[in-house]
Amino acid sequence: MEIARHWRLQRHRYSLVGEMCNRCGEKIFPARDVCPQCNAPAKTPFTFSGKGEVYSYSTVHHPPEGFEHFAPYVVALVRLVEGPLVAAQLTDVEGEKIEIGMPVEMVTRKLRDDGSKGTIVYGYKFRPVIVSRTPLGAKDAAL
Amino acid sequence: MRDVSIIGIGQTPVGEHWEKSLKELAADAISSAIKDAQVERVDSLYVGNMCSGTLNGQEHLGALISDWVGLRGVEAVKIEAACGSGAAALRLGYIAVAGELADFVVVAGVEKMTDRPGEQVTAALAMASDGDFEAQNGLSFVALNALLMRRYMHEYGVRHGDFAPFAINAHKNAVSNPCALFPHAVTAEDFRTAKMIADPVNLLDSSPVCDGAAAVVLCPTALARSFNARPVRIRASSSATDSIALHDRRDLLGLEAAGLSATKAYSQAKVTPRDIDLFELHDAFTIMSVLSLEACGFAERGRGVRLGAEGDIALGGRIPITTMGGLKARGHPVGATGIYQVIEVALQLREQAGANQVRDARLGMAQNIGGSGATVVTTILEAVE
Ligand SMILES: [Zn+2]
Repeated sequence: MEIARHWRLQRHRYSLVGEMCNRCGEKIFPARDVCPQCNAPAKTPFTFSGKGEVYSYSTVHHPPEGFEHFAPYVVALVRLVEGPLVAAQLTDVEGEKIEIGMPVEMVTRKLRDDGSKGTIVYGYKFRPVIVSRTPLGAKDAAL
Repeated sequence: MRDVSIIGIGQTPVGEHWEKSLKELAADAISSAIKDAQVERVDSLYVGNMCSGTLNGQEHLGALISDWVGLRGVEAVKIEAACGSGAAALRLGYIAVAGELADFVVVAGVEKMTDRPGEQVTAALAMASDGDFEAQNGLSFVALNALLMRRYMHEYGVRHGDFAPFAINAHKNAVSNPCALFPHAVTAEDFRTAKMIADPVNLLDSSPVCDGAAAVVLCPTALARSFNARPVRIRASSSATDSIALHDRRDLLGLEAAGLSATKAYSQAKVTPRDIDLFELHDAFTIMSVLSLEACGFAERGRGVRLGAEGDIALGGRIPITTMGGLKARGHPVGATGIYQVIEVALQLREQAGANQVRDARLGMAQNIGGSGATVVTTILEAVE
């Protein structure tokens, strides 16, 4: 269940809020209250853009308890444009279409549900950046 | 500080021990270690274990096991550092004897994993990672290693097949180890066609879920001779940490804690990697072997994987590894692994490694890694002349 734990993490999970260091400008995600670069206190909230690229990835075929219905699913380390790496699932894409360096963006998706009486946990996943093939105003042509 | 030696060793076969409980397995290993040492007094017991709470519904292993094995009354505690629990316990035993707080210390490692279904074991092992930001996003422990392996292959232009010699070497060495879980050889073709777990990590890149227990007896080197004809001296014992999460590492493929821990160990022992005759490394996954070899100075960055193809890791090679099968083929009962590694180094230094004996082995190193590299304990052992 752990409702309080999920509540504590909501700013991270729903809005990708981390921190920044006022001394050296380092952007930090997840929040750790101390700058990993210069060790200064770093408690100023910073909202990440959610844009990044795939740094490494894998497909999980043998999931841990609680993630069985999602398997197989793709996990990745994403390098956010502001700097930090984040561990997350990729969504809306097949494992074989992914490559290192592929641009991705954050979306909010269901992470897990703990049965009919349990909580449904939502959080960030990343999907390939959608590039529109249809220029604005060319709607009719697309029909 | 006093000089410390290992005067007794004991290990159970690694396997699926449905007939034995956690405490019975631990007691088997402890009893044989005490018998090997022929000590009549034990001052304290340290138990390395990771998953007894989640997989066996049992904590408080110090009291449980000391009583069960006939040591009721001694100081006894459990030590947990994920897959590095065994060597972390050994290090505390070492500190106790070196610091003159105890004379005769038993250090055991035990893990009982096969009573539970796979997804529960997978969830328990994922607790070695960052709960909030790795495990809660569905990253299994295998997946973390897959992320390291994929990135390594990308940065250094390495193919998956280049990792095969590490699995082949481990299985080959397990054949003559009576305690090994998989005492059979595998081929490059087996490696190529093995079942995928979390790509690029397949079944033969990975160490198995299993049960096992191992134990050693420590005492001051000054007393060691009177108990055992072949004591093995601990020349160095060192532990270091890194961020628990991969995404927080300063250098993803650098395995910084392994480097820190090994560097400290080399300096304590006043040796360099060239002086090490064999290396029981933490081959939970083939990628971990490679990163560990690089971090500990046996290969340059990006070149560790070549030590496999060039035969350097074989029994007669430049730096023999996993000489009794390693985590891959002896098996990886997680909290016990660090003690199995040290026992295997001790067997080599005592010239009791049978068909797998490394010739003229005088100095051996063991490295036990917790999580994806967040706790690393390095031990250097030497045959006492
Ligand atoms: Zn800073």
